[in-house]
Amino acid sequence: MFRDKLNQYQWDVVSASLASIQQADVERLLSLATQANKTDIDTFLAFISPAALPFLDTMATYSQRITQARFGKTMQLYIPLYLSNECQNICTYCGFSFTNKIPRKTLSDAEILQEIAVIKSYGFEHVLLVTGEHDQRVGVEYLANAVRLAKQHFAQVSIEVQPLEQHEYALLKNAGVYAVLVYQETYHQATYKEYHPKGKKSNFAYRLDTPDRLGKAGMYKIGLGALLGLEDWRVDSFFNALHLDYLQKTYWQTKYSVSFPRIRPHEGAFEPKSHLTEKELLQLICAYRICFPDVELSLSSRERPAFRDAVFPYGITSMSAGSRTEPGGYTDSHALKQFETNDDRSAQAVADMIRQKGYEVVWKDWDAVLWRVVSSE
Amino acid sequence: MQDVLQIGNQSFSSRIFLGTGKFGSPQTMHDAVIASGTELVTMALKRIDLKNQSDNILNFLKKTNVHLLPNTSGVRTAKEAVFAAQAAREALETNWLKLEIHPDPRYLLPDAIETLKAAEELVKLGFIVLPYIHADPVLCKRLEEVGTHAVMPLGSPIGSNKGLETKEFLRIIIEQSNVPVIVDAGIGAPSHAALAMELGADAVLVNTAIAVAQQPVDMATAFKLSVQAGRMAYHAKLGSTSDNAQASSPISALLDE
Repeated sequence: MFRDKLNQYQWDVVSASLASIQQADVERLLSLATQANKTDIDTFLAFISPAALPFLDTMATYSQRITQARFGKTMQLYIPLYLSNECQNICTYCGFSFTNKIPRKTLSDAEILQEIAVIKSYGFEHVLLVTGEHDQRVGVEYLANAVRLAKQHFAQVSIEVQPLEQHEYALLKNAGVYAVLVYQETYHQATYKEYHPKGKKSNFAYRLDTPDRLGKAGMYKIGLGALLGLEDWRVDSFFNALHLDYLQKTYWQTKYSVSFPRIRPHEGAFEPKSHLTEKELLQLICAYRICFPDVELSLSSRERPAFRDAVFPYGITSMSAGSRTEPGGYTDSHALKQFETNDDRSAQAVADMIRQKGYEVVWKDWDAVLWRVVSSE
Repeated sequence: MQDVLQIGNQSFSSRIFLGTGKFGSPQTMHDAVIASGTELVTMALKRIDLKNQSDNILNFLKKTNVHLLPNTSGVRTAKEAVFAAQAAREALETNWLKLEIHPDPRYLLPDAIETLKAAEELVKLGFIVLPYIHADPVLCKRLEEVGTHAVMPLGSPIGSNKGLETKEFLRIIIEQSNVPVIVDAGIGAPSHAALAMELGADAVLVNTAIAVAQQPVDMATAFKLSVQAGRMAYHAKLGSTSDNAQASSPISALLDE
């Protein structure tokens, strides 16, 4: 289990070694990476350190090259479909938090199908189903039903929902789930509890073990991420990379993706503890790409258009587009958004931008035929 | 003498096969296909929309006269591969199949055990099977025995552009094979393709090196020429290499016995 690995590290020690990294260290590791393809978790730490910032252009050039070699000049597009904003957790930074007095809504079958129809009309073949955490309203039965509905219309269905048990993941995989995204938010155990004072989510260990349960359930893809800004983004990103490294070695048949959620304004006016600049976000993307050449990296519409347009060729492999972050948002809704998107362009506008940059837009990279095997077992 | 490559019931005068992934646009892919002179292209089943006749990749390929070689990229087991193959046959009306089973998403290295199992079953189901495999001479013979119509050993990992890192094993495979040997994966430059052909490979499959070149169409032409050159050199019989100088006009030939 990853928790055993995490226990071998101390937050403050990682923090101190980040500060001690010199430009000469970065230079040496960068030439090892580019000349001999040699990287490890210490390389990652060096590449996200402040000492690596002067090398950003070199990192970005190399990162772009290996991204193209591995993924081609292509960009996958996906779109979130919020099924519910009901939630029993208190997360001090989240718009859906239990204590926020907002209209709550969970979509019915008919409403889900309406949303699907709109999303399909944009051209999407991949969809991400999203919920808050509410055992009665959005339990496994509800999710399995939603997945089965979506599966009839999409080539690939992924979910971003509350952590579940291994057998529940197996059940959802059989229903047609391709990937599960579950973000640790922060690897800082003490403050994790402060950010998540109430609800099932307040259990740090249960959330931390989730990717292990997913790996054991044989999920095709697992999405990881830290909520950048809760704690020192560098230390959290180091632990996220350590998590990724452990998972790749342990559940070697599973694919992995990493997302880069930065804290954004929402209901409740939460002030992030650490601020990640756009330049640093690019640095982080390049560090992941160089140290994990095969991992999928995702950039959401939380980021502003000019940033997404400029940065995606340097390591990103999938982007959301045309996103609404409230249940029923594609048809008509007065429910509250989970977070504000900064890129409000339509999916077609984003696709046009990608093509203008010489990249092919990939709407479909999976096929329903591959589910038949799973469900026949 | 016409130098024709025969695979199953099909003959090819071009010895370069192309992958269709990773191109910046379907138009570029189309133009590179034309420039390369290829007659066989592979495409991932998962990337194409089998239900939708207006699928972009397929439509562009239909404008050419190349044969389609659907591949099973994305499957992890023999069972999944057989399902995918049947779906491809039904939708694309071809019984040709590039069998790819790589359960390892990091280096996309092929699973020998699952590949052999799937190949055996697919041959029985009437497929023309071209399996993507490690440069493993024994596995190649085993696949030949179950009836695959070619073998496709790798030069180095997919997309790595590292060339023929498996050269010595490719040499053994070529020496022993009764079915065409197509060197697949890792060919990163025309010189790598030429080398494979000089070694006696029957064909090469190229994708990344062309698709992500700055000028994919020119690169496709360069590959076409290098494959022709390598094939010609193979027929012309290369001289042996030696550490010592060998006179090109030996003095002994000028003297009486």
